[in-house]
Amino acid sequence: MERKEWPLWEIFVRSKNGLDHKHCGSVHATDARMALQVARDVYTRRQEGVSIWAVKASDIVASDPDAKPELFDPAEDKIYRHPTFYKLPDEVDHM
Amino acid sequence: MGATAMTQTTPAHLEYVLRLGDAALIHGQRLSEWCGHAPVLEEDLALANMALDFVGQARMLLSYAGTLEGKGRDEDALAFLRHEGQYRHPTLCELPNTDFAHTTIKGFLLGSFNLLMWSRLCGSSDKALAAIAAKSLKEARYHAEHTGDWVIRLGDGTDESHRRAQAALDILWPYTNELFAANPTDDAAAAAGVGPAWSELAGEWEAAVLPVLQQATLTVPARTPFQSYGKFGRHSEHLGHLLAVMQHLPRSFPGATW
Repeated sequence: MERKEWPLWEIFVRSKNGLDHKHCGSVHATDARMALQVARDVYTRRQEGVSIWAVKASDIVASDPDAKPELFDPAEDKIYRHPTFYKLPDEVDHM
Repeated sequence: MGATAMTQTTPAHLEYVLRLGDAALIHGQRLSEWCGHAPVLEEDLALANMALDFVGQARMLLSYAGTLEGKGRDEDALAFLRHEGQYRHPTLCELPNTDFAHTTIKGFLLGSFNLLMWSRLCGSSDKALAAIAAKSLKEARYHAEHTGDWVIRLGDGTDESHRRAQAALDILWPYTNELFAANPTDDAAAAAGVGPAWSELAGEWEAAVLPVLQQATLTVPARTPFQSYGKFGRHSEHLGHLLAVMQHLPRSFPGATW
């Protein structure tokens, strides 16, 4: 039997004002309204969120996992790009 | 609420609150039957969430009804230890789910009604009831939106979903007569400012429901003289079976906790 799946949506939830939306999973839904509603039902049942973004999974452009060597490995030996070489004044907390 | 509310309590006031509580309880119980059975996981959770909203409303309302009654009955005693003829919800609430289309249409017809009801009850002269209404109104907004969207998806969907949605509407529509039927309890409650006579809501309800049904390309059945009498405790053959399932555990193991 043919099985037509509903489109997949990636769901991002902002847990409280001032924080970023974080990816928390995905849902199947026929349209945008439904995606928001079911995301609300699946991911914010325990007061996890104050805002939801839903993005069609097919609209996300992802890097190729096989391209990791050329994309990410070259950063490995450039430790001088990390800010750890700067001396912070004592008054600066939480860095 | 305590003493002041109790001294003002009339039989109509109690019955009005009890009816709201029973409607939430029985509709919630029906929705909970979907748990683990819905067409897709997302809707399974949505239905279970809505069921929990209704059971939560029922808890508040039945607890309060117990207080108004003043005979020491708590929410559990009212929910689980009454007999069929003592429930006061409209018959529509207890009708079987049958299929997803029936569940959706029933949820939408009731959800649209609840939205109006809670909006009005926010201004109740009964402060406890007004507080319950304020909380329930938020839930009702979501229920009306979610079920309304589904009515359109099913009605204006495939041939099969349209056929099922229309069949559900044809069966359920006559039971909406009861929602707005004249009722002495309502008249007394309305006169006391407790809440609207349900018949007052008919016009607004149709104005909310009909455009959605039209968008869903569904044909609204003509009104008939059919009346159901759940509000008077005269229920369909379905309630007994529902209660047998719902009451089985508390009756078999009185006072059980877990």
